[in-house]
Amino acid sequence: MAEKLATREAYGNALAEFGDKYDFVVLDADLAAATKTGTFKKKFPERFFDCGIAEGNMISVAAGIATTGTVVFASSFAMFAAGRAFEPIRNSIGYPHLNVKIGATHAGITVGEDGATHQCNEDIALMRTIPGMTIINPADATEARAAVEAAIKFQGPVYMRFGRFAVPTLFDKDTYNFEIGKGVQMVDGKDVTIVATGLMVHMAIDAAKVLAERGISARVINIHTIKPIDREIILKAAAETGAIVTAEEHSIIGGLGSAVSEVVCEGCPVPVVRVGVEDQYGHSGKVPPLLEMYGLTTENIVAKAEAAIALKK
Amino acid sequence: MVYFMEQTKLNQLKQTAAQIRLDILEEVHAANSGHPGGSLSITDIITYLYYEEMNVNPADPKWADRDRLVLSKGHTAPALYAVLAEKGYFPREELKKLRQVDSFLQGHPDMKGTPGVDMTTGSLGLGFSAACGMALSAKINEKSYRTYAIIGDGESEEGQIWEAAMFAAHYKLDNICAIFDWNGLQIDGPVAEVMNPTPFDSKLKAFGFHVIMIDGHDFEQIAAAFAEAKTVKGQPTAIIAKTTKGKGVSFMENQVGWHGAAPNDEQYATAVAEIKATM
Repeated sequence: MAEKLATREAYGNALAEFGDKYDFVVLDADLAAATKTGTFKKKFPERFFDCGIAEGNMISVAAGIATTGTVVFASSFAMFAAGRAFEPIRNSIGYPHLNVKIGATHAGITVGEDGATHQCNEDIALMRTIPGMTIINPADATEARAAVEAAIKFQGPVYMRFGRFAVPTLFDKDTYNFEIGKGVQMVDGKDVTIVATGLMVHMAIDAAKVLAERGISARVINIHTIKPIDREIILKAAAETGAIVTAEEHSIIGGLGSAVSEVVCEGCPVPVVRVGVEDQYGHSGKVPPLLEMYGLTTENIVAKAEAAIALKK
Repeated sequence: MVYFMEQTKLNQLKQTAAQIRLDILEEVHAANSGHPGGSLSITDIITYLYYEEMNVNPADPKWADRDRLVLSKGHTAPALYAVLAEKGYFPREELKKLRQVDSFLQGHPDMKGTPGVDMTTGSLGLGFSAACGMALSAKINEKSYRTYAIIGDGESEEGQIWEAAMFAAHYKLDNICAIFDWNGLQIDGPVAEVMNPTPFDSKLKAFGFHVIMIDGHDFEQIAAAFAEAKTVKGQPTAIIAKTTKGKGVSFMENQVGWHGAAPNDEQYATAVAEIKATM
């Protein structure tokens, strides 16, 4: 069994690690212990600024810092970053295209016990509508670390989405080559393609194994950058496998499923079936039963893959 | 507070402010759209800032060590554009193209498009926070530039203004100076009737600001306030400027209707004549 680490942990570790190599500052809104920016704070207290429970102000402060040429990370839970502070992100950061990196943790239903008010299944949809916003949703700790470094080097606003729940580490830190906007083929296949992001990537790989036992050859693609999305890898998969399943820990409205559908509909129409939170709010609970309750499982990916294949003409 | 300003300088400032008022009217009349009332209420303050107070270089608008101005009440962009044009950031002719598709003078300030605009604003309540970010960055990077933010009285009904106020005091941003343009009117009527944000002075003092109350059309008081702000250490300064919405144009003064309406040809001619008579 692979090692497990939450992407938020990897985020905090990466900020602390890259603080030696790059010059940037980090803001948080009274959640440093949870978003793990506290790891950076401990090492670089002079470059860490708590903004208190005032996310709108934090986002516009970050924008002001960015105008002076200093790279800045602003962190909170996805609900309060993308949700509460949507309009400051849109107008203070997005419209002037400022170099702010938003580190949004506790995305999706794997927040667990805190329940629906804190389970943000809408952030990708919100961020996707902002022109010029880059959205990265890493699948594991290695990808999260690489995404942080890529974001530091990248000029422009980036929304990074991290999870609370420990997920298996899929990639080797020393060999993994991360490139913003480039999808990663995890498994090759010819009958159907599972396009997954974040936490769902390891389940997609497991689903491909189950499908293989049933004689179905499934390709698996990891889309860590939801915007700009890798059109090429998706259209190639659509053309070569003729059916697609998307899998994300997010609403099926406006997230990866929508983004992939848009690309496929316009470029190579084939059936697309979406796995995700089906237009519902979250609920308190332990993560494993929550994943079952919302259909974010290997079994559901398998079932939807078979449904997508059945829809082929 | 007594502050003596040399008569020649005072006259020059008054003449410049009158020219800025003419420019504002020209812009809004040409566009047949825009916000003259609040532009005219901040004219004297913004004139003083760019002509006397701020360390800026129109030939190098992105100069890293310049003082910054964030027009948090971004709808009064015509005043900012007028002063930037008069200072030479871009040709005066551009003013006639306010709000047109082929112009970089958008309805609200756009830092990407307009030379001299330090922050994109317009959505009320966001600009003060951005100014705090600039001021904090100066502290982090040991820069000596100062940051000014002009905030509307109606705008201060936005909660984020008070989040920013908390932030500025908490981080002891003595390099920021917030100017509250207390002209008393907002779109739906008198500020005191729509949603009273006053008293500004005791609220801001309670938030940790050094507070200075002035008549925002009296250059000697304006000069004294900015001079005092620079001596304050360890806390931010708020200048509460009592102003007149529509200042300088008799039929616009203290009239809610001139918040966001352009004068017709006849009204424009009357307004121009009134201001020219003072020059």
